This record gives sequence, C-alpha cells and structure tokens, in this order.
Amino acid sequence: MFLRVLSDIQWRAANPKWRRMTSSRRSTSTTAEPHPVSLPAQAQVVICGGGITGTSVAYHLSKMGWKDIVLLEQGRLAAGTTRFCAGIVSTARPVSIELKMAHYSNKLYQQLEQETGVPTGYTKTGSLSLAQTQDRLISLKRIASSLSVMGIPCEIITPKQAVQLHPLINIHDLVGAMYVPEDALVTSANVSLALATAASRNGVQIHERTSVSHVTVQKGRVTGVETDRGRIQCQYFVNCAGQWAYELGHSGEVPVHIPLHACEHFYLLTHPLAEPLSSSLPTVVDPDGRIYIRNWQGGILSGGFEKNPKPLFTEGRNQLEIQNLQEDWDHFGPLLSALLRRMPGLEALQILQLVNCPESFTPDMRCIMGESPTARGYFVLAGMNSAGISYGGGAGKYLAEWMVNGYPSDNVWPLDLKRFGTLQSSRTFLRHRVMEVMPLMCDLKVPRWDFQTGRQLRTSPLYDRLDAQGARWMEKHGFERVKYFVPPGKDLLDLDHSKTFYKPDWFDIVGAEVKCCKEAVCVIDMSSFTKFEISSTGDEALENLQYLFSNDLDVPVGHVVHTGMLNEKGGYENDCSIARLSKRSFFMISPTDQQVHCWAWLKNRLPDDSNLTLEDVTWKYTALNLIGPRAVDVLSELSYAPMTAEHFPSLFCKEMSVGYANGIRVMSITHTGEPGFVLYIPIEYALHVYNEVMNMGQKYGIRNAGYYALRSLRIEKFFAFWGQDLDAFTTPMECGREFQVKLEKGMDFVGQEALLEQKQNGVYKRFTMFILEDHDTDMDLWPWWGEPIFRNGRYVGKTTSSAYSYTLERHVCLGFVHNFDEKTGEELVVTTDFINQGEYEIDIAGQRFQAKAKLYPFSSLFTQRRRKDEVELSGYQTE
Amino acid sequence: MPAPAHLFPLIRNCEISRIGSTACYCHHRHLCCLPSHFAHSHFRYAPQKKFAALYRPKENFNHFIHTRDHASASQRFYLTPPQVNSILKANEYSFKVPEFDGKNVSSVLGFDSNQLPANAPIEDRRSAATCLQTRGMLLGVFDGHAGCACAQAVSERLFYYIAVSLLPHETLLEIENAVESGRALLPILQWHKHPNDYFSKEASKLYFNSLRTYWQELIDLNSGETTDVREALINAFKRLDNDISLEAQVGDPNSFLNYLVLRVAFSGATACVAHVDGVDLHIANTGDSRAMLGVQEEDGSWSAVNLSYDHNAQNEHEVERVKTEHPKSEEKTLVKQDRLLGLLMPFRAFGDVKFKWSIELQKRVIESGPDQLNDNEYTKFIPPNYHTPPYLTAEPEVIYHKLRPQDKFLVLATDGLWETMHRQDVARIVGEYLTGVHHQQPIAVGGYKVTLGQMHGLLTERRARISSVFEDQNAATHLIRHAVGNNEFGTVDHERLSKMLSLPEELARMYRDDITIIVVQFNSHVIGACQNEEL
Repeated sequence: MFLRVLSDIQWRAANPKWRRMTSSRRSTSTTAEPHPVSLPAQAQVVICGGGITGTSVAYHLSKMGWKDIVLLEQGRLAAGTTRFCAGIVSTARPVSIELKMAHYSNKLYQQLEQETGVPTGYTKTGSLSLAQTQDRLISLKRIASSLSVMGIPCEIITPKQAVQLHPLINIHDLVGAMYVPEDALVTSANVSLALATAASRNGVQIHERTSVSHVTVQKGRVTGVETDRGRIQCQYFVNCAGQWAYELGHSGEVPVHIPLHACEHFYLLTHPLAEPLSSSLPTVVDPDGRIYIRNWQGGILSGGFEKNPKPLFTEGRNQLEIQNLQEDWDHFGPLLSALLRRMPGLEALQILQLVNCPESFTPDMRCIMGESPTARGYFVLAGMNSAGISYGGGAGKYLAEWMVNGYPSDNVWPLDLKRFGTLQSSRTFLRHRVMEVMPLMCDLKVPRWDFQTGRQLRTSPLYDRLDAQGARWMEKHGFERVKYFVPPGKDLLDLDHSKTFYKPDWFDIVGAEVKCCKEAVCVIDMSSFTKFEISSTGDEALENLQYLFSNDLDVPVGHVVHTGMLNEKGGYENDCSIARLSKRSFFMISPTDQQVHCWAWLKNRLPDDSNLTLEDVTWKYTALNLIGPRAVDVLSELSYAPMTAEHFPSLFCKEMSVGYANGIRVMSITHTGEPGFVLYIPIEYALHVYNEVMNMGQKYGIRNAGYYALRSLRIEKFFAFWGQDLDAFTTPMECGREFQVKLEKGMDFVGQEALLEQKQNGVYKRFTMFILEDHDTDMDLWPWWGEPIFRNGRYVGKTTSSAYSYTLERHVCLGFVHNFDEKTGEELVVTTDFINQGEYEIDIAGQRFQAKAKLYPFSSLFTQRRRKDEVELSGYQTE
Repeated sequence: MPAPAHLFPLIRNCEISRIGSTACYCHHRHLCCLPSHFAHSHFRYAPQKKFAALYRPKENFNHFIHTRDHASASQRFYLTPPQVNSILKANEYSFKVPEFDGKNVSSVLGFDSNQLPANAPIEDRRSAATCLQTRGMLLGVFDGHAGCACAQAVSERLFYYIAVSLLPHETLLEIENAVESGRALLPILQWHKHPNDYFSKEASKLYFNSLRTYWQELIDLNSGETTDVREALINAFKRLDNDISLEAQVGDPNSFLNYLVLRVAFSGATACVAHVDGVDLHIANTGDSRAMLGVQEEDGSWSAVNLSYDHNAQNEHEVERVKTEHPKSEEKTLVKQDRLLGLLMPFRAFGDVKFKWSIELQKRVIESGPDQLNDNEYTKFIPPNYHTPPYLTAEPEVIYHKLRPQDKFLVLATDGLWETMHRQDVARIVGEYLTGVHHQQPIAVGGYKVTLGQMHGLLTERRARISSVFEDQNAATHLIRHAVGNNEFGTVDHERLSKMLSLPEELARMYRDDITIIVVQFNSHVIGACQNEEL
C-alpha cells in the first residue's frame, strides 16, 4: 500500500525514539519471540484500537493524570481506517457538538508536532464548500452562522471569489460558497502516531499485534480483558475498535450493543499535475456533486459519498480483510464525473490509484461515545462516519473527561451510546440504514427529516388504523409516531420535493389539527413514551425515588408529579412524570429515547434489593392523549364518571373503565398545557378504546392529530423538552422550574447542593422564549434550532427548538440566554432584568429577525384555564 | 427525433417504389408461393404471402426506417421506454425451481421465457412442465404455420405423450386402473404456464381419449425394458402426429371439435423440446426452431454449442434424407426455392396433412368436412408435383448432451430469434445478463498510464452497456430486446426498438417473425456434484 509505505518512512525518519522502540522490537521479532514486551497482568484502563480514536483517548487520559493505561492494537498503530483516510480536518459541521469537537481537534493537531516532535503534515489550507443550489447555500449559511459565533473565521463568498482561492474550480453552475480559512490537512496516520508518542511518554503502554478476544464483566462491571497474549485485569475498558467495535462488543458474555456498520469508501489519488498543485491550496467540498477534493503531493486526492454505497462486513470480519479490498472503478464512475465537472482541467491528469478504505457509519450519522448501559467501566468511542480525523481529537477529550470526572465537559447526549438500545443492533437494520446514512453525508440537511430505512420496527397496535386515516410517520427510537394526518383528497409533495428551509407543505394540515385541539378535542397516539414501574414491598421505592428525583414524590396516592432526574451538578438526566399508583408503587413516564439511559441510570443507583422492583412496561400500554376542551365530555360519556375539574383535578391519575375496557389508567395531563387526559391502555384494549373514543367523540368534533400539532402547542406554551431543550447541563433553576424542586423540604436528593448554590448565587444561563416579530412565515426562512441569539447586537446563546404558533400567528423559538462579559468573555449571572432589558435578534442563516423575549408563557392564551394548570404549565417534555 | 431534411426529396422522388417493394417482403415464410386468390381469412393468410422472400430483413430495414421517419415527422408518435417495456414484458414468465422440492436437487435453477408476437394472433407456442411420475423437466417451443391451431394442440399434448412414454409399466397400469375405476388420477405433469398460455377445454376429452389409447397400447406392448429417453421422445412425437392425423380423418360428431381437429391437422407446427434430468439433457427437434447451449469458457467468455439441427433446405443432410425417401424422378421438384415442394420451409413438422396424406384422402376429408373447410381455397389446394406422399414427417432428431459445470444455460427459441441474431451473440448476451455486471471484468489501473479523462470515457461506455441489462428481470425479455432493438454496434437502440414495436399489425410480420424464447439456467454446483459422484 502506497500510503502506508509513505507515512512509515516519514514517521521513522522523524522520530528516532520511536524508531529505537520499534526497531528493537522488530529485531527481536525475527528471533522467534514476537512480543518481547510482555503484557502487564493488570492495568487501570485497557484501550482496544490503535487508530486515531484510541490514541486520542490514550493521549487525553494520560494528560489528565491517569497513567496506568494499556493500549492494544491488533495490527500496527494507525493501520486501519486511520491509515487510509483522507486527512481533512473540517469544522463545517451542522451539529453543534460535532463542530466543537472538530474545532478542538484542529487546535490540537496544530500544536501536536511541536509538542511531540512527530511531523504531522499539518497544513492550514482552508476549505471551500460549494453550493450548486440556493438551498445548499442556505444550509452553508446556517453553518457559517454557528461557526462565526464560536469565533471560527468563515465567510460566505461568491463563485468568483471561490475561483480566486482555487483556480481549478469550474464555477459556471455555482451560486456561492463558504470559505473556512482555518481548516487544515494532516497526514492522518502520523497524527495518530504523534498522539501515541505523547501518550507513551506519559506512561501509556502500547502493544501492537495484540488482539482482544473479549472483555470479561462481573456483576455489571468490567473486570478484565482476554487477549491472544493473555489476560489483563482492568477497571476500565475502552472499545475504540472502529469498524470492529460491533463485533468486539458482542464477543463478551454480556453483549455491548454498538450499532455501526462498515461501508466501502473510495478515493482517487493522482500523479502530480504538470505544474504541481500548491500544498496550501484549499480543500474543495462539493456536496451537490457528492465529492471532496484536496491537494495531495502536487496532484489531487478526491473521494466522495455515492448514492449507492457498498456495505461490507455485514456477516463479520472473516470474509474479507481490509487490505484485500478491490478498487471498483464502475462504482466510482459517478464521482469521477462529478470531479471532472468541477475541475475539467484535470482530464489529462494521470491516475495513481483508487483507494478502497472502509469507513464505519452509525444509524443516525453521529458518532458513538460513552459508557455501556449494561457493563460499567466499558466505554466506547467509534462510528466516526468518515470524519474520524476531524472528530478524533475532540471526541477523545470528551471521553477522557467522562472517564476521569464521571461526565464530559459538554453535552454529548447526541453522541451518547445510550441513545441506542438493542433494537438498533440488528445487522439487517444496520446494513439497510447505513446504506441510507452514507449518501446523506452529502445530502441537504433540512428540518424535520426522517430516515426511510429500518422503519416500522416498533408500532402501536393502532398503527394500521391510523395509517389508513392518512397518518404520515416519523420514527423515534425505532417507534413509529404520527407527524400529522393528511386529509382525504389532499396530496403532499413527494419526499424529495418536500425538502425545504421555508414554509413546509403540511402547514395548513397541522394548523387545522392545532385548531381542533384548541376548540374541540384531538387524539394523539403517544405510545412510544418510555414507561417504568417501580414498586417495593416496604417503603424502599419511595425512599429511593425521593433521593433520585428532585421533586417531592410523597404525594397522596393518585397524584402525578412532574420531576427531573438530576445529576450531581443539578443537570437534567431525565425529565419525567411520575404517578403514585399506591403507597408503594410508582408509574414513571419519560421521553421515548430515555429507554436505555434512564434504565441504566436507575439500575446503577437503586440498591440491589430484592424488595425493590423496577420494570420496563413500555410495551404493555398504548397511550392515547386526548387534548382539548371537549376531552372531558368524551371521557365522562364513555366512563359514566364525572370528569370535571372538581372530580378529576389536573395532575391526577385514576384507573377507570372506558367503554367495555376496565383498568385504563387515566391521567389529567396532556404534555401541552391544553386541558385533557392521557389514557394508558393495556395494549389488548387499545383498539376498542380508540374506537369508542372516536365514535363518542364524533359529536364533539374529534379528530386525529400528530406530533407536529403537539409540538406547536407545547412550544407556544413554553414547555421545554428533554433531549432538545433540556440536557445534563441544564438545571431546573435555569429553566424556571424551581417550584418542581423540593429545596425547602429539607430532604436530601441528587443535585441538591448544586441547586442550592445556584439559588444563592444566581444562574449563568436562562431558558427564554422568543417571539419573532418581523418574520414573514410565507416568505422567510423558518427557524429550526441552533440559531444564534443576539442581545443588543451581541451573541448570547442559541435556540434549542422552535415552532410556528398558530394561536399567536408568529414563530416561537426557545433557547438559552447567557451573559458573556464584554471584555473577558467570562460567563456572568443572568438575571431577570438582564433578560427583560435587552433587544433581541435571532439569526437564521445569516439573516437577523427581531424577537421579543419572554420568561413566562402568555397567560391570555388559555381560554379554558383551570386553577391547577399553572403547575402543569411549566413544563414537561413532549418528545 | 432525427428526421433529416435531406431525406425528403429522396423519398418523394425515387423512394416510393422502394416503399412498395418493402411491402412485398414476407416474413411469414413457412408457407409461401400460393396463388394470391388462395389467401383467405380463416387461416389468416396475409396477402403479401404470395411473394417469395426476396429481401433479407437487414437490407430492408434501413429504408423502412427512413420512411417511418418521414411519416412520423408529421405524426411524432413514439413509444416511451415504459411503453416499450410493457410491450416486451407482456408475455414474460419466470420459474424458479424450489431449492428443495422434497425429492432431489434439480440441475435446473429455473427458466425465463417470453414471446413477442408479429402475427396476430401469435402462431408460436411454448410449454414447460415438471414430470411428476418420473424425474426431469420438459421445455419446448413450437412455431406454428398456416394458423396457430397445430402449434396450440402440440403445446398442450406433446408433453403428456412424452411423459407417458417415459413412465414405467407399473405406473401406467396404476393410471389405467385409476381411470378404469374412476379414481383420482396420479398427476403426470406440473405445468409452468404464463396466464396467456391457455389449454383448450373443449378438446380435452378427445385429447385424453387419444392419450389413453396410447398408454393402453404401451401397457399391452410391455417390453419390460427400462425406458430410453431418446426412444420415448421419438415415439411421443410420432404418436402425437399420428393421432392428430387420425383424429382429422375420423372426425368428431361435435361440429366445433370436428372443425378444430381439421384445423389442427391442416395447419402445421415445428417443435423443439428439451428434457433435462440431472446431467442428462435430451433435445428433440422437429423443424427449424433451435436449441443452443451457453458455455462459459475458463477465461469467462461465452460460447455457443448447437444442440439441434435445423430441418430445412440449408441442412444438406436433411435435403439428402428427403431425396432418398422419394423416387429419383422427383429430385428436381422436391426442393424448390429452398422449400419443400416449393412451399414449406421446415422439412419436418407436426400436422400439415397436405404434405402427408394421399390426394384421395385429402379430397375425401375436405369434401366430408364442414363448409368452412370447403370454402377455404388453401385447404383444397394440392401441392404441385405431389406424387409419393408422405413428404413430411414429425419424427424428431434427438441429440443427447451430458451437462458439464461450464454449461450455464440452454436457449430454446423459434426461428424468429435465430434469423436476427447469431448464436454467438445470443450466448454472450444471455451469459452476461445471467452473471450480471458484477462479473463484468473489473477495471484495474495497475501500472498503466491512464488519465482521468480516459477513465471517465471508459466508464461512461461501460455504464451504457450495463444499463440495458438492468431493465429486464427476465433473460428471454432481455434477448428479445436485443433481437429487435440492436443497432449495428450490438447495443440496444431505443429509437429502433420503439419503431419496431409500434409497427402496425399488418406491417409487423414483414420485419420480424413471432419470437419465442425459453432460457433455462443450470445449477453448476449440482451438475459438478453429479459428475463427481459418477467418478
């Protein structure tokens, strides 16, 4: 392999110390003793994988003071995907946390050569992202907005400016471009080797040609690692095995599900041009042509993400080794066409090689990091979706912090292994999904996009009924949920044409559903929510829950409590509703994607007590949400029970009969702030109850509604939801939910100290609602989330969610406002006055819209208001 | 659409006469040279048959296309690719042999078949069935002439005759006893039929009785020897033809049936039938349809092996055979204009009693037959120089081939295919289709000096070649697409395909014949395993 040889030469020449190490090893290896350095019998941490992620984790762990680390590599360091990858460090990433990781990686690699003496080939070339369409330009502008507020230089330029930066580009079909001058190129293998060198200087032991066969786990904790050269006892294991991470995760007795799947990835290397390209020429990314082009040794390196990817290693690794992968020119053809279209001057350039370098992809295009929910001490960092070099540095840092401190320094939930469960671990699912994900790397990322593969896995028993009535579906954690119902006779755009940054085609449909929720009654199937039951023979359930949850759960039986599940820093690990079913049993409802995370959190913290049972009952109940002023009429007619506020106050829970079905758990919450009920129905009654509700509801104007209506309702009522607005770095104090915390009751609970401190000293960010003032719903770009917020012209934070309020006839954005010191940038306390006394603007793809900030929802919106609603108003997750 | 202006004066001035001559070309060539007034509606003899085939289709094609260009310049009527596909795929049928049929692993993976009509209605027939009481699978194509009645009857009946001929004595007895006592009959064949492949309900009783007579005779004859496939095939062919002839002579009280058996006997059909059982492949051929084996060479390339000989004037042995069967005095009149007695193209066929019966018999049957027959000038017409009938036989020529792992597929097709395509091309096109693009030799740059532009050109060309493969899910359809739409470079030209398929009914026959194709795919693993066992 050409690349390998190349970087090896550079590597050895530049690093005499390493050369001594390796050459001594090599020399002994000829004397029938392949591994002169024997493995230690034990270590604190064993890292499996000597690619960019493994070495980055080792580097950061050792920097943070952990020394007893062993890194095992089955072949040679940086010999897998890392060796083959294109070496582009690009910060132009749409997801905020990914952007931060890439930014950090860039800074890290820049100084790495100086730190280690290993030449990394780091060259600051900048990058050009080209837009062939206006929509593409909008998405680039959105990225540019978020780069700018992070202080990363970048600008949107015209095609003519682009050709000045890179003379080979054909610009006739371009509408604009984004230039990020600080993006860089590196020799990826050498970056990895530099990290390894620094780590080994810090005491990390690196063993090549050692493969891990499996990890042993006892009582839910990692105890050791079995390798082909013996066993190492350890407390922590880090799976950085790249595309083998899935198999390695499944090799142990307790499987760790790491949903990723490899796809072949091709790039082209050429001989130098007649006049060799300058090594400082910016990297060109042409997402509409699905290709990237960088300068390489006077010639070019160009690859891309084709529409018809070739997944491989579905049945495991033993079918084919990486080194034997074939070039496939027919497959590369469309990308070659795109390349020659972008740079027609390259026609006469001579081909050197077509490299086939498999990359691993994940079900949602985001990498996988964090601790296994089933085995404590088992950490994972893999599935880099072909951006291993860009993310490697930052991801390694976050994971090292996570291991050393117990939590990373930023919200990594979008990357957390626990966002997946066993359900995403089917090989067929992964194979199909990655075939969709890989082309998506280049596809336009528009709001409200749904994956098309791996669908209809988990469904409500009402799925077919709803589908027949025009339901359009989205998927969350494998569960199909209704977006909205297309009325008969109405047609929506097909999938490709419905992609837009502007007003979507379903606008009026959802508007009608919202109106019905406001004026009559709607049914939304919300069965996907995670549902747990916690019970005990004695008072253990209450005692433990009181400690783990921030709100007071010692309420009379039949009451529902909104509460956070906080971490030590007071941040939301989960946000849920808990109903007290009896003295000793509780019914807990959490967001859909909490199924794994919340389970692991509780399992790890509840005592191992046979009197205490925790059960996942998600699959046992179908949940129907009846929203609207007439919900009470429908339900009382069906149950022959008075449902008025006097008999059935808000935040109340009761088992009753609905139609013929008995034992329906009815709760007076709707997750929207509108009056209504949620019915938790044992699944065998689901169809019956649904039919009864729809029949009885007819005279009250009942109709089906979907999550988009729910979303509009909850956002205009200023409801935050976990995973979108709330995360492990947000406390109840910061989102106006102090009343949901039992600070005054003198009870000890997780996060109490942090909250008390905040109560004392004030908060550094504040959840705020913004109403867009001069925004034209029909003509202007719609907000999504992640838009920068400006106060008096200065950046103060980002939005976390947004929706059109059909009641206000305005867009509503929710987001956090910070108070950065004008000079130092230090975070200052955010007071109510600070919020109220500012002039706000929201930046949507570079265009700023005036916004009115509010800390409390509009009370005038509530026409059918009841006394206890106020409690419910302040919040609860919906998704 | 290219309608080059310079063509117009050409057409206006001198091309008119050539357009006329185009119309004279007759593609329905099995029977020809009848006086024009003989052409009659019942047997659907098109008027243009009176002219012998003077032009080969290829010579004719170009100026035909030009005239079409001219015409469509005003009409602008073209078939879109989906329309073309719906025409091509209307009759396609695929059958996959179940991997485990409970008995034995089959050497046949499955087959694809398809038909493209030129005559209306189509005169070709096809059949496929699995023998249930013996091992093996039967596949056949039948090319009818002078109507489709004979081809239809043969396609319904021949496999039963073959199956019965193959049955062991005990099974025959069992079947006979079952019929005798009115018990349920053992199923003999499992048919694999396209919905358009019909069986005549009215004649089934008649056909069954003839078949029963045949197996009763077989039971009486019980030789005790195991049945030889070659003999079984020959006997079945001859017996069926004999029954067709007899039924027509005896007639039937039911006037509809009576007319039917006469139509069957007076029309004709060729047959090319394959019997596959493990590694044993028998081809029985009567007439000018053809069986061809697709063989993959070690280097991956494709070659064709003929498994049948055409029975027509181009086959010297066949001409020789006919001549030896008749007195020397007839030598000059036996084969004229490459036709038997100057009339019939195939030298062997089912039916066609006009070439088999004595003149007296023909006259007697026609006179006592229904009026429709009597009114038909063709049936009354006695071939010239008709002295020592029979001139025609249905006896097949049987070729045995032992399948080898490199034998990947078998193509059975009527002459409609073979006159437009060379067998070598057929082998290559089907072979490349079945193995798919994946087996297309991958490109490797290796040490060669290749520029991006050169590579791009090469890949574009390869894609164009591949794209036509992906349109079809059926090898027979794919072959028809090539047969009808190939341009001079051997690639499918949509424009040409569209023109050929949008020919009006009355013109279609002049540019192409009915095409019927069956492509049987073999399981090389099974064949390899069988071979090893024998070793």
